[in-house]
Amino acid sequence: MNILTIKNLSVSVAGKTLLNKVSLTLKKGETTVIMGPNGSGKSTLANVLMGHPAYQVEAGQIIFNGRDITALKPEERSALGLFLAWQQPREIAGIDFYPFLFDAHKALQAARQKRVPSVFSFKKKLDQEISLLQIKEDWSQRYLNQGFSGGEKKKAEMLQLALANPQLAIFDEIDSGLDVDALQVVGQAMARFKQGAKSALVVTHYLRILKYLKPDKVMVMSQGRLVATGGPELAKRLEKEGFRDLLTNS
Amino acid sequence: MPIKLEKSNQSTAGTHDSMWDSYNSADYMAQTRRGLDEELVRFISQEKQEPDWMLEKRLAALKIYHTLPLPDWGPDLSRLDLDKITYYARATDKQSQTWDDVPSDIKATFNKLGIPQAEQELLAGVGAQYESTVIYHSLKEQFKAQGVVFEDLDVALKSHAELVRPYFMRAVPPSLHKFAALHGAVWSGGTFLYIPRGVKVDLPLQAYFRMNAKGMGQFEHTLIIVEEEAQAHYIEGCSAPRYGIDSLHAGCVEIFVAARARFRYSSVESWSKDAYNLNTKRAIVQAEAHMEWVGGNFGSNVTMLYPCSVLAGAGATADHLGVAFANHGQIQDTGAKVIHLAANTSSNIVMKSISKDGGKAIYRGLVEISPAAENAAANIKCDALILDSRSSSDTIPLIKIKNPTAVLAHEATAGKLNEDDIFYLRSRGLSEGAASAMIVNGFIEPIVKELPLEYAVEMNRMVELEMENSVG
Repeated sequence: MNILTIKNLSVSVAGKTLLNKVSLTLKKGETTVIMGPNGSGKSTLANVLMGHPAYQVEAGQIIFNGRDITALKPEERSALGLFLAWQQPREIAGIDFYPFLFDAHKALQAARQKRVPSVFSFKKKLDQEISLLQIKEDWSQRYLNQGFSGGEKKKAEMLQLALANPQLAIFDEIDSGLDVDALQVVGQAMARFKQGAKSALVVTHYLRILKYLKPDKVMVMSQGRLVATGGPELAKRLEKEGFRDLLTNS
Repeated sequence: MPIKLEKSNQSTAGTHDSMWDSYNSADYMAQTRRGLDEELVRFISQEKQEPDWMLEKRLAALKIYHTLPLPDWGPDLSRLDLDKITYYARATDKQSQTWDDVPSDIKATFNKLGIPQAEQELLAGVGAQYESTVIYHSLKEQFKAQGVVFEDLDVALKSHAELVRPYFMRAVPPSLHKFAALHGAVWSGGTFLYIPRGVKVDLPLQAYFRMNAKGMGQFEHTLIIVEEEAQAHYIEGCSAPRYGIDSLHAGCVEIFVAARARFRYSSVESWSKDAYNLNTKRAIVQAEAHMEWVGGNFGSNVTMLYPCSVLAGAGATADHLGVAFANHGQIQDTGAKVIHLAANTSSNIVMKSISKDGGKAIYRGLVEISPAAENAAANIKCDALILDSRSSSDTIPLIKIKNPTAVLAHEATAGKLNEDDIFYLRSRGLSEGAASAMIVNGFIEPIVKELPLEYAVEMNRMVELEMENSVG
């Protein structure tokens, strides 16, 4: 069964086409990696899947878990079990980080018609994840992503991933700007997520993150189109030869 | 009386009618009348069995009132018909000493406002004004033992005349402007707070005001005297139900902060959407003393409020922190006024406004450095959040410097909600409305965090209510 099916998806912003008839399927429990040069449409695809209102869907369909979500709001997609780990998470002043996590968790649980946890049971879950992610104690005094280093922001995204417990996570350049230690913590968090028979769509430039998450499928994007699809061997080839050969040959 | 017949005026839906616009039957209004003349002023004074000196002050203020014009600057007040205001009304005949004595319909109103009774344990004292009569007043025994006086002003007029008389309307003289004169003539109810020398009160002292009867003015007077080296925090909140007739609030707050004392005055005001909130607040701050104003302004038709600190002694300092939310049809004309009279005085003004659905938020401020104020410093920061293209914001900072050693900084920003910020929060499961409210609450957080917890929670809740209609 497919967790995600994209059919002929075309997307524009201000009349400029950013995605052109993109189609792909992702099987439940599998990991697909999308690679490609800057500006190829990878991040656009990630944002459109999550429902960013700035993008205009011109044609095509997004089917998530058997349901057409093309017209759904971001919060509705989130409730259905879709999660986007952002490339550049927003820094928002004045929103206390942990109370925000609790508010978001309550909203998700309510939308999923699940029991809304008490603050104590939430705190227990939160403390577990904080310790796994080696998060500093002073985060309880911080605002949402404000003043976080690149690595801290990505850890914060992983923390939210764990609390949201989605069916499919989209990782948008999760490994960019990470030092080796942070990469390991984030990579292990991705691996923990995948253990639960979850699905992942990994948008990345680099192969180093694939040490933690074995891809079942590798796709290459260029100029808003999917131009190549293959198995893990395609990623290895890209690492050796770069995009240029592949793109000129296609 | 036509008062009860005009309930139908309520049907124009606002954002929070059910919460704000409940009201109790106002039978007692039958005994009162509208409009203002000498006879009414004499009646008020007699009714309250006031000393002669107070009646004389009232009559003198009335004379000044007749000679002063309406302000010729700021929001349009031409729709305010001063002849149709009820200047005096009583809700209950006697003072209540404990919560049990408070009439049940009044308790019901408080419950709808969400004032938890548990606050009594947390807060040092509670004074609530229902119409023009204080119905509930309590004070912790320890403060009494320290010599702290926290009283209904009508009572203090008799029990502590020697304290009240030299200060009453000295910071805000009736000649200041038309509404100060009006207030001086018809003021009723309010709070008297006296903190003796060296006494430090840790818990905030609080009063809760509520304007109820339709078309009725409210003219409560708050008089606060903080003696040398004393410290205290006073907080009051106001909320009014909504009726069809314009209602007027022209309260007055006077604070005297003696040398080396520290005082904080906080208020959260959420007036009904037809109210004119024309309030005057002033503090006189002596040498090395510190005054803090923390304010949140919601609701009302027009609000004009510029708390003022007169830095009279060397080294006196003042902080002015404020939030104003202008929703549909509302003008929030708020700001601050600081007069530096002495050397080494400094002031800090931080104002944040939100305008939405056609609302207009204006920062209006005056900072004056007098010739005697050597080495004075003033810092002004105004941030405006404008939620849609129908709404607006304006900054009118007036700065008068008469001493060349002054150091001044002024910074103003205006912005909108960031679309990516909202999307980020929505991608985590929050609705668009909840996400927007969360960002707005984040915007005002630097000021809200200065309030006691229960007031901060209430203020955040008010922002959520104001934001509810913003989607769609």
